[in-house]
Amino acid sequence: MPDTAGLAVEARDLTRRFGSVVAVDHISLDIQRAHIYGFLGPNGSGKSTTIRMFCGLLRPTSGTVRVLGQDVTRNPEAVRTKVGYMTQKFSLWDDLTVLENLQFIASIYTLGKRKAQERIEAVLEEFRLRPLAGRLAAQMSGGQRQRLALAAATLHEPEMLMLDEPTSAVDPQSRRDFWESLFALVARGTTILVSTHYMDEAERCHRLAILDQGRVVAEGEPGRLMDELPLQVIEVQAKDVDGARRELHTLPEVRSLAQLGLRLHVLIDRDVPDAAGRVRSTLARAGIAAEAEVTRANLEDVFVAATLPGAQAGERARA
Amino acid sequence: MSPVRAFFQRVGAIAGKEVRQLRRDRLTGAMVVGIPLIQILIFGYGINLDVRHIRAGVVDYADTSASRALVSELEASQVVQFVHRAPDVKALRRSLAAGDISAGLYIPPDFERRRLETGRPIAQVLIDGSEPGIEAALRALASMPLRLRAADYSRPERPLEVLTEYNPERRTAVQIVPALIGVILNMTMVIFTAIALVRERERGNLELLITTPVKSVELMIGKLAPYVVVGLIQTTIVLATGVLLFDVPINGPLWQLYAGASLFIAATLALGLVISTVAQTQFQAMQLGFFTMLPSILLSGFMFPLAGMPRAAQWLAQILPLTHFNGIVRGVILRGAALQDLTAPLLKLTAFLVVAVTIAALRFRKRLG
Repeated sequence: MPDTAGLAVEARDLTRRFGSVVAVDHISLDIQRAHIYGFLGPNGSGKSTTIRMFCGLLRPTSGTVRVLGQDVTRNPEAVRTKVGYMTQKFSLWDDLTVLENLQFIASIYTLGKRKAQERIEAVLEEFRLRPLAGRLAAQMSGGQRQRLALAAATLHEPEMLMLDEPTSAVDPQSRRDFWESLFALVARGTTILVSTHYMDEAERCHRLAILDQGRVVAEGEPGRLMDELPLQVIEVQAKDVDGARRELHTLPEVRSLAQLGLRLHVLIDRDVPDAAGRVRSTLARAGIAAEAEVTRANLEDVFVAATLPGAQAGERARA
Repeated sequence: MSPVRAFFQRVGAIAGKEVRQLRRDRLTGAMVVGIPLIQILIFGYGINLDVRHIRAGVVDYADTSASRALVSELEASQVVQFVHRAPDVKALRRSLAAGDISAGLYIPPDFERRRLETGRPIAQVLIDGSEPGIEAALRALASMPLRLRAADYSRPERPLEVLTEYNPERRTAVQIVPALIGVILNMTMVIFTAIALVRERERGNLELLITTPVKSVELMIGKLAPYVVVGLIQTTIVLATGVLLFDVPINGPLWQLYAGASLFIAATLALGLVISTVAQTQFQAMQLGFFTMLPSILLSGFMFPLAGMPRAAQWLAQILPLTHFNGIVRGVILRGAALQDLTAPLLKLTAFLVVAVTIAALRFRKRLG
């Protein structure tokens, strides 16, 4: 059982530039052991770059990061055997079978013959790969390949797993199964860092950092981030969604409008009294039939609020 | 586990994986055996600097028994074969321009009178100068002593006697085949290794490998070791084909040949490594590999003697490992030399190896950036 006391990751002012582009901009965060920590953000928000710096693949331009008590910026080799990394793109060998891939990874980690056999048996069982053991990786589906990648990343029983958008090429059922596996690993004391751009996945994390343009724009437990949003969310249902949208844009107190199917999420400052009523009357005056109710914020609202102009500089949401 | 055992286990894992992939990759596997075989057949049979049966035409304005004797004597040399008889010089030149013939013999009407005079040519040979090799062959023919002049019945004079050592029959295959070992190794080793490494980078395998405990040096040794074996297999194929099909004699000790080949293989692998640290895609690796190929073939003395090259080309040739390996391989196989007689090329090859490995090690870092 790995040590669950202390922090798994401590990042301080971590920055990475590629030429003139700042990919990661002074990120500071702590990750508790035996937790699932999520990175939520759009493409190009710096999720992959941050994870790569955490596992010593990239050298930070400035700042420090300690992983499992070791300074990976100075000595990336120190955590190699304690960390498992799953790349965004499938990076095992297409022209090797499932079993050959796992055997290769076991030898690279010098597990020893008996231990290797034991662990390979265990992951074949755990990730339902036994019937596929003789199949070439190239001939497997996205979900199967992802299970193989996770099996390989956990083969040496790492204390921490870093997963870079693990579910991007996978169907919904496989995604659910995948998260079941992650919860099982956490229950055994493994720390997991996972990046995603799916809101539902982000909600499953114990703690979450929302990244935008290389910065942490919100950080905390998903539930509290949603509860403590400094804006109120009005959900509008209207037949003429476009018309409602145009009309509401004219209201000065509306900070943001997001369309979710046939509904609109309207973000309005907390200090505006009876916001739902104002929305209703505005739409009624314009002759648009609509219902408007105050609703609980979801992570998308949190993300939208955190990336509003002015939100980053002034009040960074920190729950 | 002790660090030494861990080292060997990881190197073994990488090498074993590489062999598995090579065996599964049928095309590459076929190339390992096929490239040397096809090359040696093409080069061995195709390249023949000993030109024979050049298609020639003749216009004979004299048409005497002596002029006919000249034609048949030239044909008896087997260098030319008269396939075309032209009515006049114009027609002869037309066939030459059309490429039907590569040489034309012009026998003038005053042929009989010219035979009696010394100091004047008795006939003229027109040569297609656009093709290499033909001119030299025909010039040699033109200087062949012919007993045509009345005054020439005495034995013709030959002031210098030429003795061709190591290849008395002057067969091109004997000169080409040994050097072909180097050309083939150069081609496959550089490109195979460069691609094997770049492919891992391109497919993202390297990103995963970097986060494992494997060290750069283990990765390099593990990736290259199987190709040393591949190189030695190719050496054997070329050598065996050379002996069986082209009667190439092996005059020196065989183990010394393999020792020299191993050094050369190491040098070409190192060159492949350097390329792999520069190229980002397999396509780039391929291009860079070919970029080093052409100068190697042209400047290494494989086909054209180094002595005839301009100074700058000779310097460039000194940088190419193939130049020095050609020296070694021709020395051991044909001249029966021992390695201790060949210290200069051996030292230069070693120097190349050290420099290339240093450059590769400095450039290859176990990080993405």
